[in-house]
Amino acid sequence: MYSFEPNDEQKMLIDAVTRYAENDLRPSAREAEESGELPGNLIKKGWELGVLQASVPEEYGGFGEHSAVTGVLAAEAMAWGDLAGTLAVMAPSTYVMPILIGGTQEQKEKLIAPVIEAEWKPYVGAYIEPNYDFYPLEMRTKAVRKNGSYVINGEKTFVPFANAAPSLLVFADLEGTTQAFVVPADAEGLTVGEREKWLGVNALPTYSLKFDDLEVPAENRIGGDEGFDPAAIFASANTAIASMAIGVSQAALDYALPYAKEREVWGVPIAQKQSIAFMLAEMAIEIESNRLLVWEAAWKLDQGNDAAREAYLALNGTSDTAMMTTDRAVQILGGYGYIREYPVELWMRNGRGIAAFAGLAMV
Amino acid sequence: MISFEMPEKIQGARVLMETVAENMMRPVSRQLDENEHEIPWDYIEFMHTSQKAMGASGMTPGDEKQRKEKEGGEKKKRPRTGFQTLAFTVEMLSWGDVGMWLCTPGGLLGAAAVNATGTPEQKERFLTRFQGDKPVFDAMALTEPHAGSAMPAEVRTIAVRDGDEWVLNGEKIFVTAGHKALVDTDGFVVVWATIDPEAGRAGVRPFVVEAGTPGAKVTKLEEKLGIRASDTASIVLQDCRIPFENILGPAEVIEKKKKDEEGFKGAMATFDATRPLVAASALGIARATLELLKEMLEERGVTIRYGLPRSRMTNIEREVVDMETWLRSTWLLTLKSMWLADERKGNTIEASACKVKAGDVVVKITQKALDLLGPLGYSREHLLEKWFRDAKINDLYEGTGQINRLIVARRILDYSRHELN
Ligand SMILES: Cc1cc2nc3c(=O)[nH]c(=O)nc-3n(C[C@H](O)[C@H](O)[C@H](O)COP(=O)(O)OP(=O)(O)OC[C@H]3O[C@@H](n4cnc5c(N)ncnc54)[C@H](O)[C@@H]3O)c2cc1C
Repeated sequence: MYSFEPNDEQKMLIDAVTRYAENDLRPSAREAEESGELPGNLIKKGWELGVLQASVPEEYGGFGEHSAVTGVLAAEAMAWGDLAGTLAVMAPSTYVMPILIGGTQEQKEKLIAPVIEAEWKPYVGAYIEPNYDFYPLEMRTKAVRKNGSYVINGEKTFVPFANAAPSLLVFADLEGTTQAFVVPADAEGLTVGEREKWLGVNALPTYSLKFDDLEVPAENRIGGDEGFDPAAIFASANTAIASMAIGVSQAALDYALPYAKEREVWGVPIAQKQSIAFMLAEMAIEIESNRLLVWEAAWKLDQGNDAAREAYLALNGTSDTAMMTTDRAVQILGGYGYIREYPVELWMRNGRGIAAFAGLAMV
Repeated sequence: MISFEMPEKIQGARVLMETVAENMMRPVSRQLDENEHEIPWDYIEFMHTSQKAMGASGMTPGDEKQRKEKEGGEKKKRPRTGFQTLAFTVEMLSWGDVGMWLCTPGGLLGAAAVNATGTPEQKERFLTRFQGDKPVFDAMALTEPHAGSAMPAEVRTIAVRDGDEWVLNGEKIFVTAGHKALVDTDGFVVVWATIDPEAGRAGVRPFVVEAGTPGAKVTKLEEKLGIRASDTASIVLQDCRIPFENILGPAEVIEKKKKDEEGFKGAMATFDATRPLVAASALGIARATLELLKEMLEERGVTIRYGLPRSRMTNIEREVVDMETWLRSTWLLTLKSMWLADERKGNTIEASACKVKAGDVVVKITQKALDLLGPLGYSREHLLEKWFRDAKINDLYEGTGQINRLIVARRILDYSRHELN
């Protein structure tokens, strides 16, 4: 049966996340963007909502079962508040999810609990590479086998909190397939670069990484000798960011709409002009239709089916939606839209990054 | 619980319709396009017989009634899927040939109006004919020469009460299946007329005019850009007398204050059910186009590599991936609006929203497909150029793209039609 309604548990989680997004993330977003720093207790509070923990089974320290659908519902609601804050709270998902999806039993038991049962700590994945044509299934970072261990060489960018990470999950190409390796922060051959500066999401501290003949023991490869199928991780990453794109888009619509009803021109609200009203209608239409692409991709992931195509279409559609809706929000606010006192210019900057952010969260 | 699991029943219906589309529609598609006004009787007879067997009919979901009978009228908690099934059916038949789909007997817009606004007695009297021996057509006549989008506020066709009859006078145009409903079969047309020209929209009511009624005459068949298998008729009503009981809705004009509501509500209820079906129809054409485009590209050695970043794709790949994204997202929105209808939840926003996007998407996809294929797309050797012509109607009827944008905008802004028009 088709159904387009979250279940009661999901609704409760959405409510809790929405409150956090509205009361905590949103009010701190501007200051965090300008200063480049998220208040520590803000991330802590977001972590305590248990979005990631709810997607990890009890035996590995969580309190639920893996559900990408629940994940995207929560991620959208949180990203509505602030994208950078959401990416910070969810950063450990890029470490935990690949292990949960692709790890051996032993790895799951050993590696997940310390992340999930503790306070928020930046265990993060190093996924994105500094190339205009970065494609996660053909990484330029290379791993090669050498006497029972792996040697990694290459570069990463957009690694959140890399300077403070206790441990990293490094994605690299091994004999033509993307694989992941646990890399302790103090590993030899690992260099954390300067803090990076971006067009948007500047509240999220990210770093470049370099690996020079970095050697890890064979047991650090996720999935053991067999490794894992990277397609599921790739789909998960695309779906997660797609859901956040919808959160950002919804934020833009929810801000621009009441503004348009209030702002007057020649004695009538601008919302009564078709060119504004139609923009708003189209924003709503794009958001809802693309949201369903995300849900479908997540649902397919949960079924254990190949969700690559759906996840890809979801990212493609939501990336355009985020750009379109945030651009229009700026347009509807007119000159004020361009002023940093208002949030929409930040959302427009964040919106352009969606496709490039894939890999910064997983569901 | 969010789910995208296609129920078995829908799977079954889909397979069946696919067979019909492939075997009865595609082979005659071109011929009907080139011989406007030819009526596809083979298809009509076949659909009539098989729909009777299945208990479904046209634009009105059929599973409700049947189920009740089967289960001895007992209420059961199984979710309804009638509207969703219809959406899948309409999508598949339009994938076959949209003009022919509009020639499906057993309930188009007229039946939908009766279904949405009629009393039980009226439904019995007007809708049972679809289950008879012969195929029957229905139509809905709202548009007049001077106004389409402005309807029903500017209806000029007049209904005057004379004892136990109404006398109708006026002219209706662009009536889909009007000829089949009044001339070729024993059907009916739902005609929108005013019982009080002073009252504006409040005075407008739908009336059922049956085939054979003196004074109701088809005066013209339009020649069109596309959907040529579907007849588009002008109907002149000249002292056309119909029984008093053929009015749908109340016979009095309710106090002026409440005036917008009654008669108009009926039309709106109809559209909430039919707009998503037009969207589904549009998406059937879009899917047909996209499939053929990919097939033709593949024959020429071009396969689409999904998953790549945009910077690694060829232009053709980017275009195709975008088309697929629009198609899928719009389909899901259409499905959601029908799911809401099945759940008996308000779906006005979704119904107009999916209609807007489907109208845009089918036009864009057909236009782009032709552009990408150059002379191959432009050639009448393939159906692509026909689908390009068929596509555009979806941006026009059942409320133009602009009118449906207005409806969405008013709803999300909480504006009346006086505040936003
Ligand atoms: C093949 C075919 C089949 C049809 N079948 C039926 C049928 O079965 N029954 C029936 O009743 N009608 C039918 N129609 C009529 C159809 O619904 C109308 O053509 C349509 O509603 C538009 O009305 P119009 O042609 O009068 O255009 P107009 O209303 O004159 O509109 C002209 C243009 O102005 C735009 N416009 C109008 N008002 C506004 C506004 N307020 N704001 C912004 N833009 C606006 C429109 O979007 C359009 O682009 C059919 C038409 C065709 C072509």
